[in-house]
Amino acid sequence: MASVVADNIVDFELPMVPLDLTKRRRIHWGRGLILWLAAAYFIIPIYAALKFSLQDISGKFSLSPITAIPSQPGLAAAFFLSMRLAFVTLAIVLFLMVPTMIYVHMKMPRFRRFMEVVTILPIVIPPIVLILGVLEAAPLWLKSSPYLLSLVYVVLAMPFVYRSLDSGLGALDVKTLVEAARSLGSGWISTIWRVLVPNLRSALLSATVLTLALVLGEFTMASLDLWETLPVWIVDFDQTNAHISTAVAMLSLLGTWALLTLIVSIDRSNSRRRRRNRAS
Amino acid sequence: MKIPSPLSDGTSTPSGVDDKDRGGRHITGTLVRSLRTSVPVLPFLAYITLGLLVPTLVIINLAFRSDRGALTLSNISTIVHGGEYLTGFENSIKLALATSIIPAVLGTMLAYAIAQSRFEFLKRLVATASGVLANFGGVNLAFMFVATFGANAIVTSWLARLGLNPWSHGFDLYKLWGVAFVYFYFQVPLMVLIITPALNGLRPAWREAAENLGASRWRYWRHVGVPVLMPSVLGSTFLLFGSGLSAYATTEALTGGTIAITPIQIGAYLQGNVISGEEHIGYALGFGMIVLLLISILGYVLLRARSSKWLQ
Repeated sequence: MASVVADNIVDFELPMVPLDLTKRRRIHWGRGLILWLAAAYFIIPIYAALKFSLQDISGKFSLSPITAIPSQPGLAAAFFLSMRLAFVTLAIVLFLMVPTMIYVHMKMPRFRRFMEVVTILPIVIPPIVLILGVLEAAPLWLKSSPYLLSLVYVVLAMPFVYRSLDSGLGALDVKTLVEAARSLGSGWISTIWRVLVPNLRSALLSATVLTLALVLGEFTMASLDLWETLPVWIVDFDQTNAHISTAVAMLSLLGTWALLTLIVSIDRSNSRRRRRNRAS
Repeated sequence: MKIPSPLSDGTSTPSGVDDKDRGGRHITGTLVRSLRTSVPVLPFLAYITLGLLVPTLVIINLAFRSDRGALTLSNISTIVHGGEYLTGFENSIKLALATSIIPAVLGTMLAYAIAQSRFEFLKRLVATASGVLANFGGVNLAFMFVATFGANAIVTSWLARLGLNPWSHGFDLYKLWGVAFVYFYFQVPLMVLIITPALNGLRPAWREAAENLGASRWRYWRHVGVPVLMPSVLGSTFLLFGSGLSAYATTEALTGGTIAITPIQIGAYLQGNVISGEEHIGYALGFGMIVLLLISILGYVLLRARSSKWLQ
């Protein structure tokens, strides 16, 4: 799994390098070529997979793989298992990281260096190795529950969550906000919930999306812990009908992509509106 | 709540910024206070310990144990003395090198092209695609590539019509280099994501200064651009190396575990395919991967520290 420090996936601000303000306004064929090649390289496999998933076994165009999806044995169970794992993971990781990070930003800034190194470690220890140790170390009652996976996914999600929260908090004046709220008589919980969380919205959104994408796509650990999550189902079912398997794989990929784009654009338009309000 | 003093000096305890104790008169008092300051981060530390440290230590411990529990080096020497496990490591390292160096170059070029482009739509498309593809990974990519470059798949048949069927020229999607080809699909986007902040640090002012001083494009890159970017690019390459080394899902879904690379061998071990007398070999394989990845992450951290000096 290639899920590494992509902290800026949602806030993927594209750099504005105003090179062309200089007198020569060249047309950069090289750059355009690279971009078109990259676009083709990203799109052609997606197109091919979509085409393949809209074929019946004889290779003719057909909608049957799509219409057959809901009735496939085990798919609904796998989907709901993945969703449950995703939400449990998300709840744990946010509950653990948000208060810790707020506290660290306010009171223990030096601890950030330590956290930065520690949250790289889940990348150092690959999932395949981590699950080996977890299955050996976990007590039996935990090993028999699918939520063991959620507990481990929290570790895998930490790099993203740490980085998006860290940059979100870095952009705020946390101390002033908290002191203002506290001196107006707000308790800690309502300070976090009503002052800091709304200000951290976009950081929290990106952490959420990344965590969900991670859990919904994770195959290594789930398959070796013998739970049939959505990706595990896709691989297993490939033996039965590759067209349906590919259709489900593409639906989950495009679904995540759409969700991500949607959340980014909602967030963008909101912050734009806020900026406009402030300006007027 | 105490109002934190902005004057807190550099000699305070490792954790407390609002530590008012100057001159270290009450060392125990300071210690107690700094411990009390750290209480809220204990849940985080406990989670990391249980979820990451303990499993890792268990692996390292078992890598040096015989089946009866005595300390031994035999697991390690089984790997080092040739055979399929050493081949696994060789293949893994080859795969990781190829899928880190080439995508690092391509990803940097692509990120630069995205940064400079004026086509908003194209930029947005490539940028969000990078985000999704770098993270979603694994199984879905394997399926996409079977449908694209499989023996009878779409692009294969396009190329075959041109007389360039890659399968008849030595290409095999289900062999090591076919797998490497699929890895590019998430390694290149990953590189784009990691390197973009560094490209942002490349100030237009530097280029304008160089141009005003009469530097050609080549000289600008030779003396300014490349030296500034180099630590970031190399550091990110280490990260891609780690990612390529540890990827399991893509290969497993694509080949069903027929390729001898270390993650697949660990997976086979966990699924119970164990030769008797080698019951702990899986842990030794895990230990070997941890060592390789520690080296690569060390390279990343060192180079990152160097590049962050310039890119602030």
